[in-house]
Amino acid sequence: MNEFLSFIKKEFYHIFRDQRTILILLVMPVVQIILFGFAITTEVKNTQVALFDPSKDVATQYIKDKFQASEYFTIVEELTTPNQINEVFKYGKVGLVIVFSEDFADNLLHTGEAAIQLITDGTEPNQASMLTGYASGILSLYQQELMEQYHAPFQIVSEIRMLYNPQLKSAYNFVPGVMGMVLILICAMMTSIAIVREKEMGTMEVLLSSPLKPIYIILAKAVPYFSLSIFNLATILLLAVFVFNVPVAGNLFWLILLSLLFIFLALSLGLLISTLVDSQLAAMLISGMALMMPIMLLSGLVFPIESMPEILQWISAIVPARWYIEAVKKLMIQGVEVRYVTKEFLILAVMAVGLMLISLKNFKTRLN
Amino acid sequence: MENKVIYTENLTKKFGDFTAVDHISFSVNKSEVFGFLGANGAGKTTAMRMLCGLSHPTSGKGTVAGFDIFKQSEDVKKNIGYMSQKFSLYEDLKVWENLRLFGGIYGMKTKEIAEKTDRILHELGFEKERGTLVKSLPLGWKQKLSFSVSIFHEPKIVFLDEPTGGVDPVTRRQFWELIYDATDRGITVFVTTHYMDEAEYCDRVSIMVDGKIEALDSPKNLKNQYRTQNMYDVFYQIARKATRVEI
Repeated sequence: MNEFLSFIKKEFYHIFRDQRTILILLVMPVVQIILFGFAITTEVKNTQVALFDPSKDVATQYIKDKFQASEYFTIVEELTTPNQINEVFKYGKVGLVIVFSEDFADNLLHTGEAAIQLITDGTEPNQASMLTGYASGILSLYQQELMEQYHAPFQIVSEIRMLYNPQLKSAYNFVPGVMGMVLILICAMMTSIAIVREKEMGTMEVLLSSPLKPIYIILAKAVPYFSLSIFNLATILLLAVFVFNVPVAGNLFWLILLSLLFIFLALSLGLLISTLVDSQLAAMLISGMALMMPIMLLSGLVFPIESMPEILQWISAIVPARWYIEAVKKLMIQGVEVRYVTKEFLILAVMAVGLMLISLKNFKTRLN
Repeated sequence: MENKVIYTENLTKKFGDFTAVDHISFSVNKSEVFGFLGANGAGKTTAMRMLCGLSHPTSGKGTVAGFDIFKQSEDVKKNIGYMSQKFSLYEDLKVWENLRLFGGIYGMKTKEIAEKTDRILHELGFEKERGTLVKSLPLGWKQKLSFSVSIFHEPKIVFLDEPTGGVDPVTRRQFWELIYDATDRGITVFVTTHYMDEAEYCDRVSIMVDGKIEALDSPKNLKNQYRTQNMYDVFYQIARKATRVEI
């Protein structure tokens, strides 16, 4: 036991003496959360709106007021001819143009039909569909008000409500994603680099010729990164709750247990990488390319899995972060009971045990 | 048998079809400096790795410090020290931290480690460097320290894999003084080297060619046998028989 402890102590020295790395490890999660939270936000706020309104009546005025009152839109310009529409998009400031048909109020009240056109810039499809979504929301609210005023009292009013994320806050979406990414990166990349460094330096031979058991060497490597990951997990959760007001709706205990399982999985992955390569650079490249990219692209962090082509959906199933992120979304944001994430728990557990077994076996054969 | 701290009989290591070490039989006596020579690729490192428990032999027999290298590799490891060809200390640890780490790994008590650290730093004249990071020491100092670390736990045998690569002759001479100090304390030294002046310092040397031991005797006897004045010529006459390409 004493042997083991002096080895762990050494690992902590390695980490804390390498000030640049420790800074990156501790600051990266904070920077990522803040970047995703403020800069790369997919949320729509104060989008500039231009209008073309040939009718200028009660109904259109009312709709304009509604848009102006919404925090998502600000009306900046009234167009005088439809030809100006292309012009305002070219300047790039306006994100949405609303075009009313002629005699809008008359048509609406008498025929029950009035046309309105919502024009957005399709070069940014996500942004565009989000804008039209918000705008239609405002319009349908107005329609409901009209129905309540003029129709029979038995009218069924459909109500739009955004489940789980009523304000469509993007923080709700990216927090689980960043958790998945940071944990995998720190555990897998740093563990693999730490082990490969010993090989590269030649100190691994010395360790292996000592009575220290190989399994202890591995465990001692994992302990410091395990503790760092827990620290990072806490940072992310605190930032999420207190800066971005993302609630932890579910059971915190299960959320933490799930994260520990995921950290274990990431450590096994790091160990596996370390058995495959002989240089720190290769370890870094493999972790970067083989872990970072799939997580960014296939885990649902940036692009929703449901809208991927089927083949990519299949591939995403082998990305561990995908299951973790899904489970975190359910546990943390939807606040479901733990039995609804049994599937994710099981998949992650099987992956973790499988990876650990493969890498231990690999580690042993590599020694000979 | 009592006196033989290393003993092998037809020790062999195969990698697939390739026989890296081919039925070598030799023994090393207590407190002797045994030079293990051979050209690159002759199988020295593989043989040494088997003796250190880093690699499992394919066939043959072998005991190190009285323990069977097949069945008792744990006991073997407790009784040996190893200094690798590459540098074996941690550059980002301080001098005393390296000593404490290796003492700890070999299960020494904290108090014992502290006393021994003081003594070794005194012997090496490194007292001022106690708190220095190893990476800022000169190469020669690092190698001396590295050797002290490898015998810190008082092993019965220490294996040195080309310990003096790249250092100047003066430092090499000092290094060999440390080696003799160790043998005076009863530690057996098993050393590989490419420097023939160092081969002269050994009590006995073996020369490996293509996985086999071609010659084994004291430097004096070898020189007589091959009728030359120095070990370099002995080595050259034996090693040029090699047919194996360097791996």
